Amino acid sequence: MSALSIVAAVLQVVVVLVGAPFVVGGMRQVRARLEGRAGGGVGQPWRDLRKQLRKQQVTPRGTTLVFAVAPAIAAGTTLLIAAILPIFALGSPLDSVADLFGVVGLLFLGTVALTLAGLDTGTAFGGMGSSREITIAALVEPTILLAVFALSIPGQSANLSAIVSATLDNPGQVFSLGSVLAFVALVIVIIAETGRLPVDNPSTHLELTMIHEAMVLEYAGPKLALVEWASGMRLTVLLALLANLFLPWGIAGADPSLLAVLIGVVAIAVKVSVLAGLLAAGEVFIAKLRYFRVPELLSGSFLLALLAVTASYFLATPTR
Amino acid sequence: MTTTVLPAAAAELGEGPRTARLAREAIASGLATTLLGALGLVLGVVAIFGPTRHLRIDWLLPLAGVRFDVDPLGGLFIAVTGAVAVAVGIYTVGYAQREHWARFPMVVLPLFVAGMLLVPAAGSVPTFLLAWELMAAASLVLVLSEHNRGAVRFAGVFYAVMTQLGFVMILLALVLLSAAAGGDAFTTIAAHADDMSAGTRTAVFVLTVLGFGSKAGLLPLHAWLPKAHPEAPSPVSALMSAAMVNMGIYGIIRIDLQILGPGPQWWGLTLMILGAVSAVFGVLQATVATDLKRLLAYSTTENMGLVTLALGTASLLSASGAPDVAAIAMTAALLHVLAHAAFKTLAFLAAGSVLAATGLRDLDKLGGLARRMPVTTVMFGIGALGASGLPMGAGFVSEWILFQSLIHSPPDGNTLLALAMPLSVGAVALTTGLGIASMVKAFGVGFLARPRSVAAEDARESPMSMLTGMGLAAAACAVFAFWPALVAPALRGVLDALPEVGGDTAGVQLATFLRLPGIDGSLSPALLAVALAAGVLLAFAASRWGARHRPAPVEVPLWACGAETLSPRMQYTATSFAEPLQRVFDNVLRPDTDVEVTHFAESQYLVEKVTFTTRLADPVEQRLYTPVVGAVIALAQTVRRAHNGSVHLYLLYGAIGLLVVLLVAQ
Repeated sequence: MSALSIVAAVLQVVVVLVGAPFVVGGMRQVRARLEGRAGGGVGQPWRDLRKQLRKQQVTPRGTTLVFAVAPAIAAGTTLLIAAILPIFALGSPLDSVADLFGVVGLLFLGTVALTLAGLDTGTAFGGMGSSREITIAALVEPTILLAVFALSIPGQSANLSAIVSATLDNPGQVFSLGSVLAFVALVIVIIAETGRLPVDNPSTHLELTMIHEAMVLEYAGPKLALVEWASGMRLTVLLALLANLFLPWGIAGADPSLLAVLIGVVAIAVKVSVLAGLLAAGEVFIAKLRYFRVPELLSGSFLLALLAVTASYFLATPTR
Repeated sequence: MTTTVLPAAAAELGEGPRTARLAREAIASGLATTLLGALGLVLGVVAIFGPTRHLRIDWLLPLAGVRFDVDPLGGLFIAVTGAVAVAVGIYTVGYAQREHWARFPMVVLPLFVAGMLLVPAAGSVPTFLLAWELMAAASLVLVLSEHNRGAVRFAGVFYAVMTQLGFVMILLALVLLSAAAGGDAFTTIAAHADDMSAGTRTAVFVLTVLGFGSKAGLLPLHAWLPKAHPEAPSPVSALMSAAMVNMGIYGIIRIDLQILGPGPQWWGLTLMILGAVSAVFGVLQATVATDLKRLLAYSTTENMGLVTLALGTASLLSASGAPDVAAIAMTAALLHVLAHAAFKTLAFLAAGSVLAATGLRDLDKLGGLARRMPVTTVMFGIGALGASGLPMGAGFVSEWILFQSLIHSPPDGNTLLALAMPLSVGAVALTTGLGIASMVKAFGVGFLARPRSVAAEDARESPMSMLTGMGLAAAACAVFAFWPALVAPALRGVLDALPEVGGDTAGVQLATFLRLPGIDGSLSPALLAVALAAGVLLAFAASRWGARHRPAPVEVPLWACGAETLSPRMQYTATSFAEPLQRVFDNVLRPDTDVEVTHFAESQYLVEKVTFTTRLADPVEQRLYTPVVGAVIALAQTVRRAHNGSVHLYLLYGAIGLLVVLLVAQ
């Protein structure tokens, strides 16, 4: 571990902190243009954040510490994931602290914190949102872990750097059957986990159809800013993970030079922008699924992930 | 005036000594339990690291004698039981006073602990069976502590029948074993295990898996567990759920993995299937349970399922020639037994604290305890975090190791492994996902939000001794969550004594970083916690940006959609919280739902009232147990015709019986 890989890890956290609102803004802008609207501009989420952060701190009566700290836990887990993942460079100093299973666990820790906050308010909407969110999370977890399994077979490790370097060493395996199936499964669960269409509509204002937004309905001002920031960061980090698991080219090595890190920054920025743009463009053409149809979608992705594992086992014997 | 004062004064006079006596008895019972537990803990730890210790008392049991051999494997289970008993004993001091326990359960509680400590220490078949029966009988008496309630009596009968059926199977298996080996000591049996016929080995395997599996709460013989554990007093539930079920696991390891092991591949596969089915079924039932203690009981079935799955994986892998990965699966199984003991003790003790304060187990009536019982709430939160298998929780590390062993089995053309391992990962992953949902429900609905009943509103924090007992269990949870290195030497000592399942255990490093042999992956729970704290602080700092411009914070009422007030009845309950998952798993759970619509007499288009009832029974119990019980009753009715009370008829039976014996003897 060199000094520059530490710098790269710190840079990852900072760039995710700063860049996440732009990713959200960019997606909204793509959507607005495709729908024939002018849109608020890429910087609009940042302006919203600044506005909310200056507002009065409003605490709903009867809520406990759980409600107060949940946004910080949701954001904190996401920042930690940003430090662990190979986003700009391989070999983050935290790489050996948690592998992909640990990362998935951290992701769910953030979800659980917000779910408990929704229940803590004691309102009908909070409970409704929490119940729906946890149902989706419970069904997403098996798929994610199976996809992790499928991806860890070629590199014989669930540590992220090892998975990414295995892909770099052996580029052909990106197009193997197992890898493609795992990719599709992961895309579906990332959409579900970040609350995008067709699972949840992030821009809805009808409480009865909301999932994530109903759960955080009681948040306002600075705490709401943190919740929205965290959900933007979560989307950014997951898109970056998806990009580097399947298209890792451009990422700096384990012992990088400054130039390599800079190339890594540019590469991931392009990859995440393209993925986010595709996701936003896709959202224009689909409607939200009925809530009780979502499990069917998720069980479909579970099946894909299972096929991915079996395919990796039977077809792609590890090259050792 | 005097008439009203006098009885009150008299009652006070009588009350004082009675309370003092109750306090004395509770302290004596709790202290005895704690001391026994501490003794067990010390002896267990000594046994893990020392040579096997022997003790023979020939005069105690005619013909067979009593024989104890404490080896590392037994030592581990003795130590776990002891540790649980220490926390439970301290807790009982306050609990027994608060719940006005009778003398009888106070006397039996230390006996129960003694029975559980003796089971893993037993070195011969008669001693084992004797200790097993002591444990079973003592636990039955304790389950029946509150026998004036009908539900308790029903649970007691159910438990008695099932535990004795399990005992019969274990008895048959062990008798078969000692007959085949020609001796009743476990060492003798182990020495002759390889000479036994395949039929004997198979019969013993099937019988022990059924018998010990029923004690561990594995499907399909789990039905006693969600009945007996909730109805028992909470310290007893904690002992049963965190220590007694482990004895089933101990039996499977001792007989099937150590003495008879390594078994053929199908043994491991059977254990894996049993474990996976139990885990998924248990967690599904926990997700939809509304009774707090029933939820925890089903969670026990789930966790014992995971342990059995890990044992099966270890057995299958050592039969398939991958002893190193088998050692990892074995580590996962043992570590999960320890972690489960810690978080389940804590969860049951906290549930007992709630039960003592409110008299409620029904999550639909609880809520708002975070403000009224803050310490208990934090304690339950730590236990629930452990049970959900998330990072920072006690169950995370062992589940992580289990995942590693499942994904790192060699895929060298072994079709069986290539099918079994992904399916197991799917089952374990579904279990963790649903486990999170069930624990969020238990904690979020039961402890957060606003009280849903008067009893929950009037809750008061428990006395110091109960909180101390919970605190000890919480400290143990913290060890498993952040510093599993502390128990690593013990695990290695046990694994080295189990060469039948496992290979190179020196590679299994559980230090600051967890590293597993042959696997290029690592995890550091302690550093992860530090890094997470840093991340949360950073997020907090980011949200302080612009704080100077903010007006002073205010507290406002919750948003009520423009209505006047929100009543606690408007909240989500445990039932409504789990409804989506219940609907998704409709085919497995088979809820019994009735909607009754009453119309006005004037028009059938106007609804007067709607009654909605839903009943969630255990589908396995309904499908499997009801026909068996029906058949037994029918058979009993037939047999009953033979004895109609006439003495003459009975004399005739006796004469016929004697004739038959004489004819046979001829």
